[in-house]
Amino acid sequence: MTTRLSPKLLGTLLVALALLVAPLTLGGEEYVLRVLTVGATYAIAVYGMNLILGLTGQLSLAHGGFFGIGVYVVGLLTTDYGWTFWPSLLVAVAATAVGGYVAGIVALRTREEYFAIFTMAMGFIIFLVISRWESVTHAHSGVSGVKFPEGFGVLDFSEPVVMYYLVLLFLLGAGYVTYAVRRSGIGRTLVAIRTSEDLARSIGVNVGLNKQLAFAASTTLAGLGGGLFAAVQGFVGPSAASIDLTFEMLMFILVGGLGTVMGPVVGTFVVLFLFEYFQDFEAYRFIVLGPIIVALVIFAPRGIVGYLNAFADARRSRSPGGRADATGPPTGELDPPPTTTPAGSTTETREAL
Amino acid sequence: MTLFIQQLFEGLALGGVYCLAAIGLTLVFGVLRIPNLAHGALYMLGAYVTYFFLVSVGVPYVAAIGMAAVVLAVIGIALERLVFHPLRNAPHTHHMIAAVGAMFFFQSVAQAIWGADFRRMDSPITGSVTILGTQVSWQRIVIVVTAVLVLGLLTWFIKRSVHGRTIEAIEQDRTGSSLVGISPSKVSMLTFGLAAALVTIAAGLVAPINLLSPTMGDALSLKVFAIIILGGLGSLPGAIVGGFALAITEVMTSTYVSAVAGEVVAFVVIVLVLAIRPTGLFARAVQR
Repeated sequence: MTTRLSPKLLGTLLVALALLVAPLTLGGEEYVLRVLTVGATYAIAVYGMNLILGLTGQLSLAHGGFFGIGVYVVGLLTTDYGWTFWPSLLVAVAATAVGGYVAGIVALRTREEYFAIFTMAMGFIIFLVISRWESVTHAHSGVSGVKFPEGFGVLDFSEPVVMYYLVLLFLLGAGYVTYAVRRSGIGRTLVAIRTSEDLARSIGVNVGLNKQLAFAASTTLAGLGGGLFAAVQGFVGPSAASIDLTFEMLMFILVGGLGTVMGPVVGTFVVLFLFEYFQDFEAYRFIVLGPIIVALVIFAPRGIVGYLNAFADARRSRSPGGRADATGPPTGELDPPPTTTPAGSTTETREAL
Repeated sequence: MTLFIQQLFEGLALGGVYCLAAIGLTLVFGVLRIPNLAHGALYMLGAYVTYFFLVSVGVPYVAAIGMAAVVLAVIGIALERLVFHPLRNAPHTHHMIAAVGAMFFFQSVAQAIWGADFRRMDSPITGSVTILGTQVSWQRIVIVVTAVLVLGLLTWFIKRSVHGRTIEAIEQDRTGSSLVGISPSKVSMLTFGLAAALVTIAAGLVAPINLLSPTMGDALSLKVFAIIILGGLGSLPGAIVGGFALAITEVMTSTYVSAVAGEVVAFVVIVLVLAIRPTGLFARAVQR
């Protein structure tokens, strides 16, 4: 592996840099900063969806529901029960992790369409419980006055910029987890399951356990995103657990690129930008966005990052080959295999998905 | 007892509606092997188009439903051509995501044309009749009778007519059918058109009892999935039995337990059935 700056690394750094300097360039545009912060909490949850849908190939439609659990655990604990933020967030993460693992035991017995329908029903039940259980969740009046995280020293999280960087830190964590998983054996195991469950089982992969861990990891990230979302918003309602939210996240990840490391964050911010752009149309935006989803699935199922990666890989495997012709074979032998194999294998399996 | 009989009729009427909606979904699943998540959106559009013909144009009730069914059949065929046909070789997650996109599109269109507010559609069929000491409105009786008639016609169509039998042939063996000259493409279009027309009839029948709104199809979508999972994906008799069973359970639960419980029961059915039998109650219908 050479240390020179690859296009992928460059792209990643560019996105990271853009996110880092965004608040500085906005110069006090509170609204935009708020949208970015909320977007970052969504992106964390979308990373969760990426683990189960992008890498493992299971369409979980309960994702918005688990996000809602995170939102409501933090929202209710910090208001009605007077807890501080950090323990509440911990409980939210633990609840969604355990909840996801337990739900996965049953849910993952089903396959393909059945899994999607099953999780959709699960998501609906979560939503109905949250939106109807008046005495605990306040139903449609929602929860207001969710606390900001307690600061450390000079850090005061009621300051929007500081809160933004806090969420960004968690987002970085989620992105790193995805990166690490993809590089590890677990990632390859998950991709094998996505390609063919039967085939994976036949080569000795414990399909059930791996799917279950991936599902629990995905719900955990959803809960984490939800918990942060509650603190950022301050006020939350049942719509934070609705099935529409799941579908929106689905669109984020689809636009960004299923199974890629940068896809969730790129997709979330691009689509949120479009949402804001079409904001005047509010509910009508899906007249434009609906066909966009369909067109994406038909014509561009790899998403923005997926295509950029494929483009970078193609260039990379072509250029050493070109040099090999001019300067002789040794450089060609040194360079391509280690760099193209991991990325190449994912683009190939992408096509198989 | 009076309450029970009244609720029983309520359940039967609702069951008729569920059956008509579920049969379309199960046919589409049988032929194309895809769960059409946009089915509820077609139901919603069907209700609004019926409303348009009945209230805005002023055609008689039955004609309005018929015309709406034709319009929706065309929309259904267009949906198959534009969305599902290009994805026929794609992995199953892609269909569902595309269907979700189509669903959002239909909802937005309905909201743009008719607004987000609830609308009332009054049926010309008024009054009620006393059966076993309880008042049952004619509308509910009409629903049950129409549902039974349509189901009868449909069964005849699928079992006896040439075009209907091609549907069953494709369900049983796609490759084999195309070898004997049945075009899977045409059958897919026929199935989608039929499914959309059936769900429109269901919507047109139930619209006078319920209110119309752009999101009215959301809950129905899942309930219909519950029904076809109960009855076995792709099975016609399963959809009919499942439709009535779920409707009566739902009505009875909301009467004797609570309204929220009635709302949740369909989802609990899905979760329970799939938890016990991950491939649905009648796995025979599922070929892998």
